[in-house]
Amino acid sequence: MALLLPAFRRREPRAAPDDRRQRLWLWGLGLAFPSVVLATLTGYGLVVGERLLPHAASDLVTVTAEARQWEWRFGYADRPGQTTENVLHIPAGRPVDVQITSLDVIHSFWVPRLAGKLDAIPGHVNVLRIEATRPGTYRGLSAEFSGEGYLGHTFRVEAHDPASWGAFLRGDAP
Amino acid sequence: MFALGGVLAMLIRAQLASPHSAFMGPEVYNQVFTMHGTVMMFLFAIPFFEAMTVYLLPGMLGTRDMAYPRLSAYGFWCYLIGAATMVVALVLGLAPADGWFMYPPLTSTEYSPGINADVWLLAITFIEVSAIAAAVEVVVTVLRYRAAGMSLSRMPIFAWYILVVAVMILTAFPPMILGSVLLETERALDWPFFQVDKGGDALLWQHLFWLFGHPEVYIIFLPAAGMIATILPVMARTTLLGYGWVVGAAVSLAVLSFGLWVHHMFTTGIPHMGLAFFSAASTLVAVPTAVQIFAWIGTLWKGRPELHLPMLWILGFFATFVIGGLTGVMLAVVPFNWQVHDTHFVVAHLHYVLIGGYVFPMVAAVYYFLPIITGRTRFFKLGEVAFWLVVPGFHVTFLAVHLVGLLGMRRRIWTYAPEDGWAIINLVASVGGFVTAIGFALIVVDIAVNAAVASRGRRNPWGAGTLEWATAIPSPSYNVASIPEVRGRYPLHDDPEIAVRIARGEGYLSWPTRKRRETLVVGTSRAEPLQVAVLPGNDGLPFVMAVATAVVFLAPLWDAYRTAGVALLVVIALALRWAWSNGSTRDEGPLDAGRGTSLPSAWEVPDPPGWWGSLFLLLADATMFGSLLFGYAFLWTVAPAWPPASYVAPGLLDVLLALVGAAALAAGPRLAARALLASRGPWIGLLVALAGAGALTAAAASIWAARPDPTSHAYDATLWLLGGFVALHTTLAAIILAYVCFRVAAGYASSVRIGETRIAQLWCDFAGSTGLVALAAAWLPGVFA
Repeated sequence: MALLLPAFRRREPRAAPDDRRQRLWLWGLGLAFPSVVLATLTGYGLVVGERLLPHAASDLVTVTAEARQWEWRFGYADRPGQTTENVLHIPAGRPVDVQITSLDVIHSFWVPRLAGKLDAIPGHVNVLRIEATRPGTYRGLSAEFSGEGYLGHTFRVEAHDPASWGAFLRGDAP
Repeated sequence: MFALGGVLAMLIRAQLASPHSAFMGPEVYNQVFTMHGTVMMFLFAIPFFEAMTVYLLPGMLGTRDMAYPRLSAYGFWCYLIGAATMVVALVLGLAPADGWFMYPPLTSTEYSPGINADVWLLAITFIEVSAIAAAVEVVVTVLRYRAAGMSLSRMPIFAWYILVVAVMILTAFPPMILGSVLLETERALDWPFFQVDKGGDALLWQHLFWLFGHPEVYIIFLPAAGMIATILPVMARTTLLGYGWVVGAAVSLAVLSFGLWVHHMFTTGIPHMGLAFFSAASTLVAVPTAVQIFAWIGTLWKGRPELHLPMLWILGFFATFVIGGLTGVMLAVVPFNWQVHDTHFVVAHLHYVLIGGYVFPMVAAVYYFLPIITGRTRFFKLGEVAFWLVVPGFHVTFLAVHLVGLLGMRRRIWTYAPEDGWAIINLVASVGGFVTAIGFALIVVDIAVNAAVASRGRRNPWGAGTLEWATAIPSPSYNVASIPEVRGRYPLHDDPEIAVRIARGEGYLSWPTRKRRETLVVGTSRAEPLQVAVLPGNDGLPFVMAVATAVVFLAPLWDAYRTAGVALLVVIALALRWAWSNGSTRDEGPLDAGRGTSLPSAWEVPDPPGWWGSLFLLLADATMFGSLLFGYAFLWTVAPAWPPASYVAPGLLDVLLALVGAAALAAGPRLAARALLASRGPWIGLLVALAGAGALTAAAASIWAARPDPTSHAYDATLWLLGGFVALHTTLAAIILAYVCFRVAAGYASSVRIGETRIAQLWCDFAGSTGLVALAAAWLPGVFA
């Protein structure tokens, strides 16, 4: 924009040959400028993306998330056989891998304050790493259009402190 | 269609203006947003630039008409009938409701039992037929139908852009058509391409759809960019800076756009290394875009820009598109994408790019070319008022939509709660949206009023240098009275008198001495005059054939497969009748083409226009075949329920039939052409080729016999489709061969009139080579297992 306005202000065009203009506008501003900026940006994005991936961790917790129209069912590797519906319990301060899949159409698992979204696709299991730094309740929702009940296709994430997480695993608290 | 899409947009904004709105329920809202996307993308954006191209391109190239005027008419009627079907479905509440990109399994029979999804699949595929038809025609027109001496490097810049776009349509639409065919066969016949428990995979659709969907974005943007590159230098009283650079940028955008489709699928769980590649490719497209933008700004600096209405709209484009491009770069960064994917932020981004990058330049183009269409000068200032409503209104709307997306509002939800805190922003967006809509309505009024009552204008009011301004305005249906010889990129600047010379008949083919519509065919690169082509007269055949084609595509909506089959036979008969009206039963010899040259008729050359058209149609067909192989390989490697329990293995006889069949298909037409050249009867060659088509069909049918149930597993369904592809093309080749036999018998072939035999050769080669590859793909796993 800043470059556009002066073009209208000037009365007399400067007499420069086309090839000198090409050097400035096309080589300089057209090729070099965006290449440098974009390379930097992409590199930074990849580094950040790499940090968000599920890497091995010692205190890792694994949970499963099964989506269907219009419900989420969560299971726990540390508490076999027990599932919860529309509420996901996790320990705070520890990395959690969510194994996401779907029983019918495509959905997407998204807890905006904990991580980006990852799709739930029938027949595939996608793994998303989340970590809640503090105990509390976080809102989660499906982020892939799934028909008429899409709006209400939400869930909650309960992040527990170590004591109540232990209680949850023993089945004391719902 | 733009008006319809706009009304749907206003319905969406009205619904979202307040929380808990009772205006629409989810079942209506879902249809409305699905149709808004579908109408704008398929029924407005593509047909609109195609229409502008068909109207303007011959004038720019200094020729009389598009290469295949009847094909233009056929495409138009296909579009009209298909679009009307969609509109009727919307009124009846039968419109698709699953989002414009139709992800299965939501769109499978189990979750979308009504015919709503079938309406989308069948009608859109039908409309894509018209897009392919237009693309074939554009490519052949640009390459072969130009003014004499207009070499490739002298072409108007728009011709370059539209050539790139047409080739993109030929290579991007087939994956989409294939995807629709797969989904429709799954819905209609239960072939499990997307059902995971039977070896299908829902992700296959996403790959096929976005393999089309991302190039589609550039298919929409590049014609608008071509318009800018055409209009902007004229408004700046100069010539385009860096013509070669801009052409190179357009070509590289086209190539890069095919490597980007996965960036619509960053959240589907693709490995991070793969994402890195597509993230880099996605940011890389910003480079050729930047080259074009800076070439245009540099052009403005080079000249003395004047602020006419088209220029105003181009400035609107700059202001909007650059923001859309920046949010695009933001979205290409993977972690950011993981957060905002499928929120209103994406909605805002795509509206900035599409409206800023397509609609604004096209409005500029409409105003710029209005004198050619209406022959009048605009004098009301309504257009300026409309501009100042649309552009600020648009920015208010979509800046607000960006914001609400960042606050976490998902796309496609039909309402929201007051405590979400999105109410005021949405209200602002809705008000802005209505202001924009009023502005667009004013543009329509402005154009209508000016077309009806403005004063007669003079020729070439902008002082442009390209040939479309060399005709009287409004331009006559034959465009140019004689076909000029040009020596530069801006013929009207090189020779201010050229318009008069053209009108005086100093060019080629000035006087219709042979009482038919003729035009010049030139060499592809240097544009030296080569042939005299005869254009058809006015004809009702395209309309009848479009109606018959519509029955083929739409009868399955009511499961009326027999009706569809009968209609297919009618279409074939009409197509043969259509082809029959070309050609001549005697050798005319060299024809006087004016300016002291004599050229052969296009019926008496080895590469007639039909040969070039077939070549590019087969390019699209080859892409379709490639997509089919891609789908096969994708299912094999990615779908969970693979490999299948057992493989098909060929018998020795089947392999022999296939090899002999393909060899005969290759040899037959060549033998026939050689016999014709030696003034002998071509019968042996044609019969050999026919027998080859039969043998290859039998080999393909052996696959169906070996695996009788295509509904049991995606592997069987894919094999049936591969066999079907082979059989379809051998049948086509056989029909063409039989047709050539009748033409020879009726005297339409001679030692110079061998064009039709050579066209048959192209189709036979294609059927033979794809047949061998398809059968190898089907058989090899079984051989090695």
